[in-house]
Amino acid sequence: MALKLADYKTEVHNDWCPGCGDFGIVNAIQMALAEMGIQRDKAAMFSGIGCSGKTSHFINTYGVHTLHGRVLTFAQGAKIANPQLTVVAVGGDGDGLGIGAGHFVAAGRRNVDMTYIIFDNGVYGLTKGQASPTLKLGEKTKSLPSPNTNSNVNPIGLAIASGFTFVARGYSYDVRHLKDLIIQAVQHKGLSFLDVLQPCPTYNDLNTRDWYAGTDLVDEAQKRHSRIYKLEEQGFEPVVHYDSEVEVNEKLSQALIKSLEWGNKIPIGVFYKNGLISPYTQRLKDKIPNYLENPPAKQNISKNGYSNTDISKILDSLEV
Amino acid sequence: MSSVDFTWLIGGPQGSGVESAANIFSKVCAEMGYQIFGKREFYSNIKGEHSYFTVRVADKKIHSNVNDVTLMTSFDAETLFRHYEEVMSGGGIIYDSDLEETKTDAVNTLDAPFKERLHKKLELKNKPFTIAGILEIAKENGVKLFPVSFRSILETLSEETENPRLKGLVRMFNVIGVSLSLGLVKMPPDTLQETIESIFSKKPEIAKINQQTANYSYNFATAKFESFNYTLPRTEKESGTILVQGYQGTALGKMASGCRFQPYYPITPASDESVYLETNEILEIIDDRPGSTAVIQTEDEISAMGMAIGGALTGTRSATCTSGPGFALMTEMLGWAGMNEVPVVITNYQRSGPSTGLPTRHGQDDLLFSVYAGHGDFPKIVYASGEIEESFYDTGNCFNYADIFQVPVIHMMDKFHASSVITCKRFDPQKISINRGKLLEKVDDGYRRFELTEDGVSPRSRLGIDNGIFWNTGDESDESGHITEDPILRVKMMDKRMSRLDLILKNIPDAEQAVSFGVEEYSIISWGSTMGPVLDAIDLLKKEGIFIGLIQLKLLNPFPSDYVNSLLKNVKTIIDIEANHSGQLGKLFKQNTGRDVDYFILKYSGRAMTSTEVYDSLKKIVQNKANKREVLMHGA
Repeated sequence: MALKLADYKTEVHNDWCPGCGDFGIVNAIQMALAEMGIQRDKAAMFSGIGCSGKTSHFINTYGVHTLHGRVLTFAQGAKIANPQLTVVAVGGDGDGLGIGAGHFVAAGRRNVDMTYIIFDNGVYGLTKGQASPTLKLGEKTKSLPSPNTNSNVNPIGLAIASGFTFVARGYSYDVRHLKDLIIQAVQHKGLSFLDVLQPCPTYNDLNTRDWYAGTDLVDEAQKRHSRIYKLEEQGFEPVVHYDSEVEVNEKLSQALIKSLEWGNKIPIGVFYKNGLISPYTQRLKDKIPNYLENPPAKQNISKNGYSNTDISKILDSLEV
Repeated sequence: MSSVDFTWLIGGPQGSGVESAANIFSKVCAEMGYQIFGKREFYSNIKGEHSYFTVRVADKKIHSNVNDVTLMTSFDAETLFRHYEEVMSGGGIIYDSDLEETKTDAVNTLDAPFKERLHKKLELKNKPFTIAGILEIAKENGVKLFPVSFRSILETLSEETENPRLKGLVRMFNVIGVSLSLGLVKMPPDTLQETIESIFSKKPEIAKINQQTANYSYNFATAKFESFNYTLPRTEKESGTILVQGYQGTALGKMASGCRFQPYYPITPASDESVYLETNEILEIIDDRPGSTAVIQTEDEISAMGMAIGGALTGTRSATCTSGPGFALMTEMLGWAGMNEVPVVITNYQRSGPSTGLPTRHGQDDLLFSVYAGHGDFPKIVYASGEIEESFYDTGNCFNYADIFQVPVIHMMDKFHASSVITCKRFDPQKISINRGKLLEKVDDGYRRFELTEDGVSPRSRLGIDNGIFWNTGDESDESGHITEDPILRVKMMDKRMSRLDLILKNIPDAEQAVSFGVEEYSIISWGSTMGPVLDAIDLLKKEGIFIGLIQLKLLNPFPSDYVNSLLKNVKTIIDIEANHSGQLGKLFKQNTGRDVDYFILKYSGRAMTSTEVYDSLKKIVQNKANKREVLMHGA
């Protein structure tokens, strides 16, 4: 039976603030799952802590709401143990790039075949609006006692430097575009990263929906224009087509340069995509030939209630 | 025939092959039918600092080391300076005669506090601060000296074999040392040759040169050395005996128990287990295609624990292996596993803390930390193995407990286990039962992961099976796993989880909770690796007509208060023996049974207990000469 969008929604009351950008993201995830027709019980959503952490409760697949900063560790463990699962991890920018930054970098090196979505709003919402890692130096959102004393991290740049093989940015109020990005990310063979700009209407009074829409910007002809533009509409070519150092370096550097654009022009879309790097499951298969057919989660470990593992050769070698 | 109880010590700088020499010695003795108890001591260092190995060899089952060394072999000065006093009267020292004039100041790895103590002793006896000085003392102690120039052995051998390279090959010193020792005690030379061949079976060239050196050194000892009071004649070999190192017990236990996923982060003394699992990652399965263990090196211990939990959620038997500092990082995760009723096993090879502490030395410092690890109340099992042999079977139990009770299980091991080499009966994987508890293969409609059930355990789905959808959260949750802050539901869920503790005590058989080795007027309580030295000590006392009981605690959380109380009800004097400063088991015991410990025998020097020092302290207690707190100090 074909699944409808509604099948991916739970009845759990959603307590995000009215106007929260998170709604757009959860809708886009549900739409993407429905469009791809992924069976609900073959997908697992992992989430971190904070407003975004509740996401897994709103989606009607397996849902694992984990710990602050640690979502990638749980998600990778599940995917490695059961590579047949579709795994999507979500979390806030504080979760993934503050407390969880070490896991973010390490995950890039592993390239486990799954998707990580960061809800990027510049503040720690659930603890009442402290500065998060993507807030710029000197900016003062409304609940900060004084301007931010830290520089911001560049999520796209960090993902590229860490080895993520699909790196993109979406905007939570452009749900259809975001849905398309999520589909590409999930279908990518390797670790995909999506930085989603997500206004927090309650605590971030700088990067608001109006600000992204550029309501304060007028050109010479008195025409307003959105700050956000789409890379694909500018002919940006993010895909690594062949395995050469020159090609890879060129695609990495142009993505990095693009990731630095901010202010009156903010790119969304795919920054970098390299399908030529082996996903972690392949690296395991190289060591363990039947890993994909007989992964940890599928292995039968007993016979008539007792161990079926034959360690006699190892024991022979220890015997005196 | 008098019984054999012989201790051999070999020392040298880290990286000089002390461990290989000890492996050869242990293997040869085991092949000859002896029981072995060997232990390695080493600095947190890669090359140059002093490391040593003591191998105790006996013709009956032994569980520990003793203080007295029968024969010491050294190819460097430091070993002599550090260990000369340990050699017993009538024992021997094989040493490199080229070192006789070496001064203490010439050995730059002798640290200041040790050197100061040594100088005081030498001054007191009016001896020079040289190898010659300490050897004079050894001689006065009744120790027989066997000098030989290791360099001249290499030179002669180099000429005889027409191999000029051999002349300067000082890394053969270890093989010379072990072969001289085996020659001196008249071990059959063919076993030495075969053992070297098997150890270097993948490198025939190296095997050959080692065999030549061994042969020459062995013959040198039999021809040139004066006779020695001790020999090790061939004895009856018990079939089905293995020579095994500590970490192999839990690693093989994990393979047999069906553990198929082990993320870990490198830490001494725990990582050997993970590396061994990865080395043997492809597994033979009876009547089935090959299985495998996915061993993943993570970025830190938090990730190791998170991945293990993620793996466990897919229904895979999952574990990690760590030591104190790493376990400290895992504790937030441990609470999540408790909250979400995730069966996961953490093998905790303790070392001496706090903080980095003595990273390569022994300690049982983390009992209370493990029992109380994590914030908030949640059920967990803390389970300790006494000996390496039982750690294999206990590993099987730990996975069953985790699955049956749906709780995290912390399996307590330690550095003493990890770096001991022993002979024991070949492990029998057919004795490892597999009980997955309420893990589901098929799920019906209307499934709720945290359903409130009569026994407090809910049927467990796994990520990816049909109809099995569930939610997890570290927040309090309802039966489906969705967040709730409802006060009534909160109490129900908390009660449900915590009721598991009683269920555990009710369902784990008594013999798996605590082992009674007899109860006497004076009885010991102990846990973990301390058991070995205690067993040997009470055995010695028994021979003198002094009977002391022993209750070895295995289940430490939940604490089997009623069972332990019933065992100890007629005991007058309770003696707590463990390797930490504060007597942690004693505290846990008092908290749970209300009884005070009368005497503590403690050791926190970073070195494992010997049965000799446990024996001495117990004797003092029985003779009413002991302090309430006896602190043991043996070991360099």
